[in-house]
Amino acid sequence: MESGFLHQLVQQLINGISLGSIYALIALGYTMIYGILKLINFAHGDIYMLGAYIGFVCTSILKLSFLPALIVSMIGAALAGMVIERVAYRPMRNAPRIAILITAIGVSFFLENVMILFASPQPRTFPAVFTATVYHVGAWVVNSQQIVILVSALVLMVALTYIVNQTRAGKAMRAVSFDADAARLMGIDIDSTISMTFALGSALAAAGGVLVGIYYNSIDPLMGMVPGIKAFVAAVLGGIGIIPGAMLGGIILGVVEALVSGFISSTFRDAAAFAILIIILLFKPQGLMGKNIREKV
Amino acid sequence: MDMLTVEDINVYYGAIHAIKGISLSVAKGGITTLIGSNGAGKSTTLHTISGLLKPKTGKITFEGQDITGKPAHKIVGMGLSQVPEGRHVFANMTVMENLDLGAYLRTDKEEINKDLTDVFTKFPRLLERKDQIAGTLSGGEQQMLAMGRALMSRPRLMLLDEPSMGLAPLLVQEIFNIIKEINDSGTTVLLVEQNARMALSIADKAYVLETGNITLEGTGKELLNSEAVQKAYLGG
Ligand SMILES: Nc1ncnc2c1ncn2[C@@H]1O[C@H](COP(=O)(O)OP(=O)(O)O)[C@@H](O)[C@H]1O
Ligand SMILES: [Mg+2]
Repeated sequence: MESGFLHQLVQQLINGISLGSIYALIALGYTMIYGILKLINFAHGDIYMLGAYIGFVCTSILKLSFLPALIVSMIGAALAGMVIERVAYRPMRNAPRIAILITAIGVSFFLENVMILFASPQPRTFPAVFTATVYHVGAWVVNSQQIVILVSALVLMVALTYIVNQTRAGKAMRAVSFDADAARLMGIDIDSTISMTFALGSALAAAGGVLVGIYYNSIDPLMGMVPGIKAFVAAVLGGIGIIPGAMLGGIILGVVEALVSGFISSTFRDAAAFAILIIILLFKPQGLMGKNIREKV
Repeated sequence: MDMLTVEDINVYYGAIHAIKGISLSVAKGGITTLIGSNGAGKSTTLHTISGLLKPKTGKITFEGQDITGKPAHKIVGMGLSQVPEGRHVFANMTVMENLDLGAYLRTDKEEINKDLTDVFTKFPRLLERKDQIAGTLSGGEQQMLAMGRALMSRPRLMLLDEPSMGLAPLLVQEIFNIIKEINDSGTTVLLVEQNARMALSIADKAYVLETGNITLEGTGKELLNSEAVQKAYLGG
């Protein structure tokens, strides 16, 4: 059974990386918004839920195929993110930290309950946009959803990295994150830069929501709570505020969860996520990719 | 002709009344300096001119246009840029990225490249280190980068907040030479300094700020020779 172990390990890695890439997509929004506003956006998991519902409407009612549904959902969530920032967070920009945090929790409850009101609390079955083909690669099993998830997440992460590092808007985002007043002195409009950050982060979360809908076939108004917290753990694990950190944190978290469910028991899966959080907070609170002290002159 | 006029501004931090009705003007083409001890309100004044802070009352006019309360990012685009106290370079980005951000509002590629060449001529050390992360530069180099970055917006008026702070005497001299050079090439300068002797010696016009009030004004020479200034700011 020597090869049985190895076989199982690789299989769980495949599962873990697909799940982890979804965590990574959600974690990116947390980390970007934290980077620019120093705000833990508790409503972020609900944006992911909103994205899943938009994707559901697009595929099951409007009968769109995967890619158009994904794009519409990302645009819808981006707009929602911008509206939330404008209406709920911007007026609180100079308020005490705790007040903003409570606002974020309020926004989260608001989104959940509005969705319960309009879509009912019942779970919905996400239509199968792909025929679930199962591929056998050697002895391992990969299904078409996993491939779609991985490819989509990868493309989105590459696109985000390009936007942040190479484009004018991306440079503005990095500048505002590092030093908002200095950024203003460069001529950067910080309001529109923050708005843009919410749009990008929300779009990625929505993509995560659609991909999860496809993977698990089921969505509900409270589906954002647990993945939201886990993605937050992933962002902290990688180093909050650090974009490649969120990607790494998401993948690690997904892999650990898959290994725990595969080798120990899926009952311990969620506990594993929080054990990771505790360990990281104890030994490397700045996260895996975080620097010890932020360089500031 | 006055390029910038500040008329009777009052600036508050919450309940703290930091600037108490000051007025000053900056003549086009010259170097004007604002000296005063720590906490006098020099940075607050510059922040208010740049639009980072809004005055409660008073008026600020730049090149004939009322800029009172205009947001900072719009003021930069009008040709007024600031080199903030403590440099505030983007320490996590390269020297080149910092300079690029200085030209954030510009689209004239060719002219930007011309200004970049100019900056590298003024500050050869920035050229040597253009791919280095700004946070790894020395204090003097960071000051040069902050000045180069401000020049990249091609300002007609440049505000400098304590550019000599924390630098070795030799470097201070170098920075002051460059300020004169920048001014000679046509940029009007408003210089804030605690190093009063150096500042007054290059200034055409000077103001003394004390706890939010302007207490003295005159030409640089007049203030250098004034007894009150010698006592309070020139060590005797
Ligand atoms: N962010 C702030 N909040 C509250 N008070 C401030 C703030 N910044 C400056 N002050 C106060 O305003 C006054 C002027 O400060 P500042 O303009 O920085 O002086 P200077 O640049 O001349 O050293 C000081 O009394 C200072 O304590
Ligand atoms: Mg100061």
